[in-house]
Amino acid sequence: MGPVTAAVLQLAALIGALALCYIPFGNYMAKVYSSDKHWRVERWIYRGIGADPDTEMRWPAYLRGVLAFSFVGVLFLYLLQRLQGVLPGSLGFSSVNPAQSFNTAVSFVTNTNWQSYYGEQTMGHVVQTAGLAVQNFVSAAVGIAVAVALVRGFARSRTGEIGNFWSDLVRGTIRILVPFAAVAAIVLVACGAIQNFSGIHEVGQFMGGSQQWNGGAVASQEAIKEFGTNGGGYFNANSAHPFENPTPFTNLFEIFLILLIPFALTRTFGVMVGSVKQGYAILAAMGAIWLGFVALMMWTEFAHHGPALQLAGGAYEGKEVRFGIGGSSIFAVSTTLTSTGAVDSFHSSFTGLGGGITLLSMMLGEIAPGGTGSGLYGILIMAVIAVFIAGLMVGRTPEYLGKKIGAREIKLSAIYILITPALALVFAAASMALPTPPHSMLNSGAHGFSEVLYAFTSAANNNGSAFAGLNANTDWYNTMTGLAMLFGRFLPMVFVLALAGSLAEQRPVPATAGTLRTEKPLFTGLLVGAVLIITGLTYFPALALGPLAEGLAS
Amino acid sequence: MNNSVTNTARLLGAGLRALLVLTLVTGVIYPLVVTGIAQAAFHDKANGSEIKSEGKVAGSSLIGQSYDLPLKKGQQTPDADLQWFQGRPANGLGSNSVNTQYKLILSGATNLSADSKVLIQQVKDAKAAVVKDNSVPGYTVKPSQVPADAVTSSGSGLDPDISPAYAELQVHRVAAMNNLSVAQVEKLVKDHTDGRTLGFIGEPRVNVLELNIALKDLLAKH
Repeated sequence: MGPVTAAVLQLAALIGALALCYIPFGNYMAKVYSSDKHWRVERWIYRGIGADPDTEMRWPAYLRGVLAFSFVGVLFLYLLQRLQGVLPGSLGFSSVNPAQSFNTAVSFVTNTNWQSYYGEQTMGHVVQTAGLAVQNFVSAAVGIAVAVALVRGFARSRTGEIGNFWSDLVRGTIRILVPFAAVAAIVLVACGAIQNFSGIHEVGQFMGGSQQWNGGAVASQEAIKEFGTNGGGYFNANSAHPFENPTPFTNLFEIFLILLIPFALTRTFGVMVGSVKQGYAILAAMGAIWLGFVALMMWTEFAHHGPALQLAGGAYEGKEVRFGIGGSSIFAVSTTLTSTGAVDSFHSSFTGLGGGITLLSMMLGEIAPGGTGSGLYGILIMAVIAVFIAGLMVGRTPEYLGKKIGAREIKLSAIYILITPALALVFAAASMALPTPPHSMLNSGAHGFSEVLYAFTSAANNNGSAFAGLNANTDWYNTMTGLAMLFGRFLPMVFVLALAGSLAEQRPVPATAGTLRTEKPLFTGLLVGAVLIITGLTYFPALALGPLAEGLAS
Repeated sequence: MNNSVTNTARLLGAGLRALLVLTLVTGVIYPLVVTGIAQAAFHDKANGSEIKSEGKVAGSSLIGQSYDLPLKKGQQTPDADLQWFQGRPANGLGSNSVNTQYKLILSGATNLSADSKVLIQQVKDAKAAVVKDNSVPGYTVKPSQVPADAVTSSGSGLDPDISPAYAELQVHRVAAMNNLSVAQVEKLVKDHTDGRTLGFIGEPRVNVLELNIALKDLLAKH
């Protein structure tokens, strides 16, 4: 069997596994967010918080909950890093400097997990497990909560209430993320991922002498890092490091973990709005884009254009033998089309076009299938835009799921889709225009520009992967990517929740013969078209200067 | 105004309490439970899959090592010890720049682009070295025979594996350097070649440390 056939079979196995879990897992999540029963442990938690989980919130209250919880999260994580030098259980590592602490705190709270630090030399046990890994859980739970609030906006009518933030946060963590992550972590350990608190210890080497190695709670962090589409590695090499991703099977398993929640949330959506077919239409759009990008990536990586790769005889620079070209390609597309940003191979050394695909994947707004929660609300916003475009064509007031898409809804959606491109492009342009920031580039020419564009696209879209040649540990990049992550996460959430509130207030309009059937393939096609055209128009000039220029030259 | 300050304070208090409770669940209980199960059920794997050679720990089967001669005077980079099978280049590996009370390896890739002049030179040099090192009397390696993994750095810099093709390429040299027959070394490589998991996941590979340990055992018996 050749590597291409094996890659296609891996892809098929992955799709099969996701398909098997889609209905039960999607239904389970719908039940989690619709049930009116509380688990006993949840009651204890609500008592600890001092919140009543049964009070329905209007959108401003829900938003205030999100912002307060996230603000405290940033502050706590910042202080944990600043105090690392005096915290016990920190291997004697020194405190992290202010700019990097700010960047890292924002990065993990916003589900980005951009890392301007080297995990193995910077973060001790306490910061890794009680700081970073905690945000891996709760930032994912916040994302799902906001998505569910928007779904409730579609599902409910004549009420402004969109759920209770504390209840959504706690349930997502306790009922979804913790139990499944625990099982996944054990699977990873069984395959060789490490899980200990032995700190830095000496290990004898074959040629004599010994080497100092990090121990740590790696598997438990790895599991939630993928499952919550976070992406922040315990080690610098992220999921390319054998202790994070030891075998070909774990590689496929980690891709499965990345994709499970984002894809299954379309089922949750379908169940909650009372039509699973609506969920299938969204799933089809996500799946088509994901599959198309995987196919393109495999083609370009197996073809290995680019002088260094041609000379080597294969695109193996930055890739591990055990994963091969196929496994690395599926991982790269899946991690950038979600908000994960974990890497099992280094995108900067991909072919020019392959690197461009990872960049374009993020630019689509990470909606195919996108991050935990952020993927669903992202594509629902695009769906609103798509029905609006369709409405313009036939001259009807557009409606989606029985809700009128009026001026207010369109304004909120339009502002949403402008935020991340504005952040990515303005920050990238500023970094190129100023005298010092370009010094951080490792490569020259078109690829150097791609490094900077990639950094801010990744930050603004809360992805966190990098063309890692860029030296991002400078005050400029720590501060500016920090701001891009912060605005890129929370500004869109304001508009999503405002939209949710606005939709929930409406009375439903009955479907008529002239209503666009949004559960049909025609709509799926329209949605994919809208996504590609809007992204293409926004980013084409920037892409032409970077990856396209590099790809066409080779 | 006062009212909104109080409300904000109350809200932030709730946020802080929520964070602390969830930190207890996800940052203390969760990792400890996972560690407990992992240490009980998969003790060796949870602690880094260390393997022994001649009774002493010789590293982890998951982490690639270098098999070099001791650094000679005035040398910046050591020469490869050609008696042993060689792993992939690791030009992206670094050493720690902070917390220097430790001597840590920083995993990583070169991140050089496909059109980088530096990378082109690295690949050229690596290819020339592989051809030169592995051409022994009676067996000449052609540049076209050198597989891609032999001349490129991995993602982690710690890739424990090489492709079967690269192992095969080293057989004649290793046999000659150790006064073994080609057939003996070839059998060794064959015994240590792992196919794809379930026949289709990942790529076939040879674990270099395990192969070298087996080679050492063979030499001891010889």
